[in-house]
Amino acid sequence: MSAGALLSLRHLRKEYRAGQPVLKDITLDIDANGLTAIIGPSGTGKSTLIRCINRLVDPTSGEILFEGKDLAKLKGGALRAARRRVGMVFQEYNLVERLTVIENVLTGRLGYVPAWRAFLRKFPEADVTRAFDLIDAVGLNEEFATRRADKLSGGQRQRVGIARALMQEPALILADEPTSSLDPKTSVEIMELLAEVSANRHVPVVVNIHNVDLARRYATRIIGMTGGNVVYDGPPTGLTERDLAHIYGGEDFL
Amino acid sequence: MTDAAARAPRVWTRFSPTERIARSMLYILTAAAVVWSMKAVDIIPEFLYDAPEQTADLFRRMWPFDWSFYPKAVHDALIETFHIATLGTIMAIVLALPLSFLAARNFTSNPILNFIAQFIFVSSRSVNSLIWALLFVAIFGPGALSGVLSIAFRSIGFVGKLFGEALEEAQPGPIEALTAAGAPRSMILVKGYWPQVEPAFWSVALLRWDINIRESAVLGLVGAGGIGVALDAALNNLYWDQVGLILGVIFAVVIVTEVVTSTIRSRII
Amino acid sequence: MSAAEHRAARPDAFPANWTSRVAWIGLAVYTIYATSILDITWARFVTGLDNGAKFLARMFPPNMQADKLDLIATGMIESMQIAVLATFFGVLLSLPLGLAAARNLAPSWLAWSARGLIAIFRSFHPVIVSILFVKAVGFGALAGILALIVSSLGFVSKLFAEVVEEMNPKQVEAVRATGANFWNVLVMAVFPQVMARFVGLTVYQFDSNIRNSTMVGIVGGGGIGAPLFTAYQRFDYDVVLTILIIIIAIIMVAELVSGRIRRIFQ
Repeated sequence: MSAGALLSLRHLRKEYRAGQPVLKDITLDIDANGLTAIIGPSGTGKSTLIRCINRLVDPTSGEILFEGKDLAKLKGGALRAARRRVGMVFQEYNLVERLTVIENVLTGRLGYVPAWRAFLRKFPEADVTRAFDLIDAVGLNEEFATRRADKLSGGQRQRVGIARALMQEPALILADEPTSSLDPKTSVEIMELLAEVSANRHVPVVVNIHNVDLARRYATRIIGMTGGNVVYDGPPTGLTERDLAHIYGGEDFL
Repeated sequence: MTDAAARAPRVWTRFSPTERIARSMLYILTAAAVVWSMKAVDIIPEFLYDAPEQTADLFRRMWPFDWSFYPKAVHDALIETFHIATLGTIMAIVLALPLSFLAARNFTSNPILNFIAQFIFVSSRSVNSLIWALLFVAIFGPGALSGVLSIAFRSIGFVGKLFGEALEEAQPGPIEALTAAGAPRSMILVKGYWPQVEPAFWSVALLRWDINIRESAVLGLVGAGGIGVALDAALNNLYWDQVGLILGVIFAVVIVTEVVTSTIRSRII
Repeated sequence: MSAAEHRAARPDAFPANWTSRVAWIGLAVYTIYATSILDITWARFVTGLDNGAKFLARMFPPNMQADKLDLIATGMIESMQIAVLATFFGVLLSLPLGLAAARNLAPSWLAWSARGLIAIFRSFHPVIVSILFVKAVGFGALAGILALIVSSLGFVSKLFAEVVEEMNPKQVEAVRATGANFWNVLVMAVFPQVMARFVGLTVYQFDSNIRNSTMVGIVGGGGIGAPLFTAYQRFDYDVVLTILIIIIAIIMVAELVSGRIRRIFQ
């Protein structure tokens, strides 16, 4: 384990059905900067890996060391406190459709705001200001703030999703296939935004992605997975056709 | 970003001023209605202090049930209730089906016929089944006939409205195809509409039957037959152990009905 | 493979739906059987029609005497008040009960107990529940209100629990992932998804409570039901007609208004 690692996974294993592991003994360190792309064929456990980190999925065994704690062992309030430090961006955006953009962004503060304040929508002024700033920063503008989430296009929704994650002031952002529901042009824009977030805001981003070209273009590190194992871990420049063949199984597909 | 930071902090409120006024009005109106209605409750302290005692007394008198009463008066009344609910539902469907075709604007394009059918539905639903029962008991005398008719008349509007709406939601594609092929109107009905609305039809029929089982249990209170007659007699005689038995039987029947309807529903829909 | 065999292997293009046919035949046989059991005969029907004419003759014209109208107005107002209070408290209590009965939010022991309670509330007609409350708290509007609270709880909680179970779990998961606690998830992820439907149920229930509040008086639960039943038993059919006209008019207006309101919230 390198001293500078923000997140360390140790022997992480996940079985949805006993004896059929989706993740087999994953050990990884994620540094406190850069954009890490996890690539690999469908059903290889990429999504499970990401969801294990913030415990949307409970790992079967192993450790998730993050900011001095083992997330795999946390429960209740301690788990929620840890989740506040991890922002998450989803494939289908997962915005609360009937809330406005700014309300969705403000949900990023729910780990800090008591329920009665959320109910009356009396968020602290500093949070509201920050929410507006983030809406600007992800490339929307003030007019969008009071628009309902279900009135937005896919790309716009994903921008709101990223703003919501940033609103948590996270130490780490996880993105689970953030571009898979978007058209190619918007996918590029969203990846660009994530890369910018990791570079300018110094928040490390871990992203699952199908598209190898996008991963190569924006990632600072690529992790290739197949069959529940990590089979490539290194810079994008080092990713050869052979590696890809290994990851995706056979050369026919290339 | 610098540009945004330079500006004054932006405020966000959930509702526009008009929305806020409208909401406040709604809250005030609700509060006023509740306060005004409180006047209806003239609480007699003696009764209220007495309530826990009375409730306990009620259950003590009910239990144990008078099981011997079941074969004597409850069983036949229960069967009658079942028949009243079922026959009433069948009769309502028979009467409501043609009307619902008249009410569906995509099947019948004559607005006057649409209106007449709708009017019949609204009238049917506006009269509670107990009131229908009062009317039919006055006309046909006490007994199951009045019960069947009151269940049927109350249900026409329910079945007709929901089935008419299902008809209006039918996809026009297959119907246009049949019309284009020169099919006669009866054929369009059988092969165009019916396959599309059959699940909705059974769903509505089962739902109403389920409701009617509950409703038919009280019709006897006004003399329209069924288990309510036995309940009324037990109440008037203050035989609470018989009342308890009847309530227990009604509860059991309602639960069984619910299980049966949900099983059938999951099979055919 | 011969042609005949080939044909046999293929499924019939229009298979006879025997289950459906048997069901229809069974239904027809049942109808005849039950009709005979219940002694529903044409002769009775015809006699009835004759009675009906006499009955109608006694109903018209509706009785519009001032003292009768006063009595009716008092009863009708009390019915409305019963409906308002029963809806208000019934719906208020349905919110927690419905959430407790939703299997995707509540732990299963809580969900099943809540469902059991709802099943009990739903199984009895409000008039029967009134009978029990009249015994418990005495004659008057309070018994009717309590009875209608119970039936509102049964209906609204059941449907509200279904609405909550149908909500989109992804939206909830995303809010949970921010580290929000249960109450925050409820407020910002669950309520926004279900509140519009809840308001719709409330309006519907108010409508239904108005109908039932006119009936609970038959067994002593207050409202217009008592004067209606008394007039009926005294054969004052002209008064009955007046009351019926007023009830129906109010129910129709209520339905019109509630339909409008529900459309606004959809």
